[in-house]
Amino acid sequence: MGAGAFFSFRRFRAMVGKEFVQMRRDRITFAMMIGIPILQMIIFGFAINADPKQLPTVIVAAEHSTYSRAIIAAMQNSAYFRVVRTVASEAEADLLVEEGRVQFVLSIPEQFSRRLLRGESPALLLTADATDPAATSNAVGAFRQLAEAALARDLEGPLHHLRRGKAPLEVIVHPRFNPEAITQYNIVPGLMGVVLTMTLVIITALAMTRERERGTMENLLSTPVKPMEVMIGKIMPYIIVGYVQVSVILLAGRFLFRVPMIGNIPLLLAVSLLFIAANLGVGLTFSTIARNQLQAVQMAFFFFLPSILLSGFMFPFRGMPVWAQCIGEILPLTHYLRIVRGILLKGNDFAHILPNLWPIALFLLVALSIGLKRYRRTLD
Amino acid sequence: MSEAPYVIDVRHLTKSFAGKTVVNNLSLQVEPGEIYGFLGPNGSGKTTFIRMLCGLLRPDAGSGSCLGYDVLAESDRIKANIGYMAQRFSLYEDLSVRENLIFMGRIYGVPDLDAAVDAMLERMQLTPFTGQLAGTLSGGWKQRLALSACLLHRPRLLLLDEPTAGVDPKARRDFWDDIYTLAAQGVTSLISTHYMDEAERCHRLAYLAYGNLLTSGTADEVIRASGLTTWSLSGKNVHALAPRLKALAGVEQVVPFGNVLHISGHDAARLELSLQPFLHGEYSSQKTEANLEEVFISLMQQHKVI
Repeated sequence: MGAGAFFSFRRFRAMVGKEFVQMRRDRITFAMMIGIPILQMIIFGFAINADPKQLPTVIVAAEHSTYSRAIIAAMQNSAYFRVVRTVASEAEADLLVEEGRVQFVLSIPEQFSRRLLRGESPALLLTADATDPAATSNAVGAFRQLAEAALARDLEGPLHHLRRGKAPLEVIVHPRFNPEAITQYNIVPGLMGVVLTMTLVIITALAMTRERERGTMENLLSTPVKPMEVMIGKIMPYIIVGYVQVSVILLAGRFLFRVPMIGNIPLLLAVSLLFIAANLGVGLTFSTIARNQLQAVQMAFFFFLPSILLSGFMFPFRGMPVWAQCIGEILPLTHYLRIVRGILLKGNDFAHILPNLWPIALFLLVALSIGLKRYRRTLD
Repeated sequence: MSEAPYVIDVRHLTKSFAGKTVVNNLSLQVEPGEIYGFLGPNGSGKTTFIRMLCGLLRPDAGSGSCLGYDVLAESDRIKANIGYMAQRFSLYEDLSVRENLIFMGRIYGVPDLDAAVDAMLERMQLTPFTGQLAGTLSGGWKQRLALSACLLHRPRLLLLDEPTAGVDPKARRDFWDDIYTLAAQGVTSLISTHYMDEAERCHRLAYLAYGNLLTSGTADEVIRASGLTTWSLSGKNVHALAPRLKALAGVEQVVPFGNVLHISGHDAARLELSLQPFLHGEYSSQKTEANLEEVFISLMQQHKVI
């Protein structure tokens, strides 16, 4: 065990011991090491469901009959659909789809039962919001069988002949916004929000922590500069970076992935400012809490994880249990994804996206006020 | 408030961290144009006191004014009129010398900034380093850059926290030349230091230990007030005597200076009596004045006893 030994157990033990002491001292890092696996376990284990059920559905019924009621009842029972209400007109139903409030509209045509009884195979129209193909495909598949099975029970006795030969009714599925179910159409616009969240939160969390870690904060605090000036001054350059990122993704989406962009791009760019600001607000708040740059990165990751998993980016939002949806509703990414997809794929206008705009604004307000409150003007 | 008699006038300033008093009931007055030295062992509260003056820390108790502005309520106005140089280099290492100065100048709203920065670079002999990253400068030049950065807005008061720590003698001398020039122009400086030669360069000084102000005044006043008597003993191998001398009655300190030993104590008569056997013969001896270091160390020892 001389000084020249190739591997000294004593020196090795000294290193290990020192690392453990340092690990124990850095409370936030330690908490993150425990917290992140727990968070991942909860999200992956409980929240994520690739086979979403209970998808909100509205009915536009031009006719009320035993048969239409049987189909609606069967939908309710199937667990894939949750009939939220019946509306009077197609226009009203369309608006609900465009705003993303419902996933499906079932239209029951006039004289449905009469044509059914005549053996004319009347058509049922199931309109789906197919921006996220993963959210709708299983439900659509289930619906075809479900409708026929529901009628089978009623088409007994003298009506039994209707079940032979061709199908008693026809199901027409109209997947709106992304009829070919191309995953990229959903993912690429969503990527905008994910990239902005990832880079902006981390960069700003680091920015202020770096000032403190390098000792430049002391100099800054001794000058007449005000917290608001420091914060906004630090945010501003990264807002521009955020716009560069948005532009790159939009251009790649348009020309590389051929994502249809039917909406108002200037509106999207304007709304993005709010989302960018919300992320920077989170980053700044983290940087006022973190003691060093490592902690800042860990906190950013801690925020990023639920953002990407619970926002509806990777997995259908409506597939998650209610508690996970509630967390998702808090996150700005959830709302931004709906806005981006809404504008690009559905051609949403300002009125359509408003319900998703104010939650981001509220989040920004809270994040910034915590950040400003925590920004210490002194070194105490 | 322009003709306030004192640039710094604070009374009973107190600050504690986690129940430990770091600055205890400290009162201090500094006159315009003075170079005021701030001395004391590490952890004596010098940095904390300076930080309280410029608003980086809030005092727990006490009151006072700095440049005529209230230390508690008007820290924004104080900040605009002082130049603070932290112990650790606290400009941006990844900005160039010029970029750092431009940034600081803009924060303070220095008029005609480009010309002001050029003039400052010239005056501080930093011109050759204009485009160099601050992080790559050597210690002495970093210190000059930091000083330049806090002079740019022509502050009336400089608060310099150990500005010359780790800086070579030539750079230290240049630094002091600058401070004297500024003092002649009416700029007041409060400088904390560990160097005794620097303490002697100050117009007045204060000695702090464990948060308490132990003494203050000019160097001569401080030495005289200490009541310390010192004998110097020189000769070959005089060091060998040190352990024996330390044990003598009335001897409080034995400090070697090359081939000379300084022996000090408060009780002059007892000291002389104890030293009698050594004062004649193979060693040459002389009664001298105590120096600042001896005074400070004796103050610290006394304070510990209390």
